[in-house]
Amino acid sequence: MDDAPRQHPIALYLKIWGLLFVLSTMSYGVDYFHLQGLLRWGLIVLFMLLKAGLIVAVFMHMAWERLALIYAILLPILGLLVLVGMMVAEADYTHLMRVLFFR
Amino acid sequence: MAAVTLPDSAAGLRGLVQDWSADREAFHVPWGKAMMWIFLLSDTFIFGSFLTGYMMVRSSTTVPWPNPSEVFALHVGATQVPLLLIAIMTFVLISSSGTMAMAVNFAYRGDRINAATLMIVTACFGEIFVGMQAFEWSKLILEGVRPWSNPWGAAQFGSTFFMITGFHGLHVTAGAIYLFIISARLLRGRYDGPQAAASGGGNYQIVEIAGLYWHFVDLVWVFIFALFYLW
Repeated sequence: MDDAPRQHPIALYLKIWGLLFVLSTMSYGVDYFHLQGLLRWGLIVLFMLLKAGLIVAVFMHMAWERLALIYAILLPILGLLVLVGMMVAEADYTHLMRVLFFR
Repeated sequence: MAAVTLPDSAAGLRGLVQDWSADREAFHVPWGKAMMWIFLLSDTFIFGSFLTGYMMVRSSTTVPWPNPSEVFALHVGATQVPLLLIAIMTFVLISSSGTMAMAVNFAYRGDRINAATLMIVTACFGEIFVGMQAFEWSKLILEGVRPWSNPWGAAQFGSTFFMITGFHGLHVTAGAIYLFIISARLLRGRYDGPQAAASGGGNYQIVEIAGLYWHFVDLVWVFIFALFYLW
């Protein structure tokens, strides 16, 4: 199981490297060309998740680990999404209170 | 590992159940690597909480948020290029991740000279990144950004900016020092020979463990770049 990364050719890493460069350029382009609204944040999140996925899967060799390790590392992160969801609701409430009473 | 008699090579979900229920070690990787992954998971929660806190103060303030595209713009000649320095920093950090991945690959092939050289290159990219960040901080501080106020809008901009990029820069600095130490040890032959193998350090596994940390630092920057600078 640990022998797997040994067999990867350097070319694989160079390709991923190039792909990360392209994705970064594209996400910079989102800002450079002043895209707005849903398109803007949709593209930002898409490029962000693609880059993160490539780094974790290939550079950090997660794609070749056993499921026991993958689940132990990736599942707890779902807890962060729960936190984000709760904080979005809380932030909306705080914003509403500020608009209503402190402006 | 050699005395294993159970069919522990099962893949997929069956392998997952076997690994967790076999009453032996759950992770079939060297302990250093498993612990690095668990450390990185805890670090994910720290950065995740920071970014969530940033999201919260940004979306709950009634004062307009400063436009990062203009705040972080650089003048090239007469024109103002948005986010130029941040884009260069992003490319530098991605390049460092690329050289680190190749260092790990060379380490697996047993080529310690190339592995150590590429690790030093990686650490130098990291130092360049931190240098550019120091420039960016100085520029913003000169323009009057403080953790409690700034000239353009919501005061929370300064506190979240200094906290998040500062904590990330600290990680890059620590990672560069870590890489310099590991590469020096690699060149001195500390991970060669039967002694090193017996204590779990053989096969240059340490390079991959250091690599995990470095890629994580790059990973965090992906999220900071998207959520703080581009949003």
